[in-house]
Amino acid sequence: MHEFLEAFRFIAHNGAIAGEPGLPTLTHLALETLKVAAIGLGISIAIAVPLGVWLGHLHRGSFAAINLGNIGRALPSLAVLAIGDAFLGLGLTVVELALVVLAVPPIVTNAYLGVDGVDRDLVDAARGMGMSGSEIVTRVELPLAVAPLFAGIRTAAVFVVSTTTIASLAGFSGSLGDVIANETSYHFSGVLGAAICVAALALAVEGVLTLLQRALTPRGLRLVEPEPARVPPAEAALA
Amino acid sequence: MFVGFGPVLSSVVAAAEPVIPDYGAQSSSCVVHNHFFCADWVSHNWGPVLWPALRGHILLALVAVGIGFVISLALALTAHRYGWLERPTIVVTTILYTIPSLALFELLVAPVGPNVYSAEIALVSYTLLILFRNILTGLRGVPSEVLEAAEGMGMSRKQALTRVELPLALPAIVAGLRIAVVTIIALATIVYTIYNAGLGVPIHTALGEGPFKTELIAAGGLAILLALTADALLVLLQRLLTPWTRARAT
Repeated sequence: MHEFLEAFRFIAHNGAIAGEPGLPTLTHLALETLKVAAIGLGISIAIAVPLGVWLGHLHRGSFAAINLGNIGRALPSLAVLAIGDAFLGLGLTVVELALVVLAVPPIVTNAYLGVDGVDRDLVDAARGMGMSGSEIVTRVELPLAVAPLFAGIRTAAVFVVSTTTIASLAGFSGSLGDVIANETSYHFSGVLGAAICVAALALAVEGVLTLLQRALTPRGLRLVEPEPARVPPAEAALA
Repeated sequence: MFVGFGPVLSSVVAAAEPVIPDYGAQSSSCVVHNHFFCADWVSHNWGPVLWPALRGHILLALVAVGIGFVISLALALTAHRYGWLERPTIVVTTILYTIPSLALFELLVAPVGPNVYSAEIALVSYTLLILFRNILTGLRGVPSEVLEAAEGMGMSRKQALTRVELPLALPAIVAGLRIAVVTIIALATIVYTIYNAGLGVPIHTALGEGPFKTELIAAGGLAILLALTADALLVLLQRLLTPWTRARAT
């Protein structure tokens, strides 16, 4: 447990190591990690949510939407980053590309399943009330699909934070993973300290997204909604 | 002028100026120039490099999913009987699932050491949320009429569980296994950071060599192929174990 004490000392010193001047502070690295992850997640949401919602609204492409999620899970972050590195060189662009490749599938699958699974009677009722297609999407289907939609976004967020740190193993510099990948300079206490920060950061991101989800859930649903699904439901992998 | 000495010359150049060091005497010009994909390197290094890594990867994943399944099954059966256990189990396993792999491996190295145990504990912890949720969903999905019928036939609680509930929950259980297996195979590439095993080892070597593209593609591709093959095998297993679902579908 001595190592944990040393690790917390490292965190308390904000990543400073005696005899190693010029190292970035932990705060700086944490913010960089968040920035890289946020860009990747933002792009992924911008691509995947409209696509998944659109497919779900039309009840079409279930095979593609569900299998995209399964294939996305099969891609090891390190392999995606390494192959990107081999062909394009590992800069911010390639890291973001890898993040998008890994984050889009779970968001599409869950957005699809969420919207596709909205009670057809409710959609028919909305149509009967004279709502247009886009009104049905924004006022009926999306609010009712908030839980599965966020399940996908949270899964993607975990992938993105995790992959941003793994990018350091492939030689990308600018995340908390830099510390973990550089035991020579930081010693094990630094590596452990950074690992604690990475874990805390991921849990914080998850927590913020959970709060956001709660805020976006319609009040009526909050009363009946069970705990939101964290992993795609069993049926997702059945198809 | 040197046309006749072409092959000789290129091998001399290879020896004098290796772009990829430490890749054996058989370095072809493809390897030396780090082309897109050198099939000759793969065939030469399948035995010494790729196969051991692949075998280690399969072992890591099999052990992790096996242990994870036993723990999750026990937890799910208990939570099926005592409902209050579900929430705390979900909370704990969600936290474990959320911690990024690179961090969790290092967090385990401190108390356990940089060995196969740390690797397996981390991998097992990533299977729990997926398997627990799916097994419980499967058990809860058994219609109450079916259970009443089982009771009416004189089955004990244990008999009803093994002969009725678990078989009916199989599709959901296998669905969970598929997600868990594919996830663990992807995560096992990071194991190399704490323990010298799995397909992460050749990926790491290749990254240090330039990066050496052939090895990156071969090892990364093997990891992806392994995940897809395991997934297909589980689909097959489910079809064999639950012939009634096929009868219903046709």
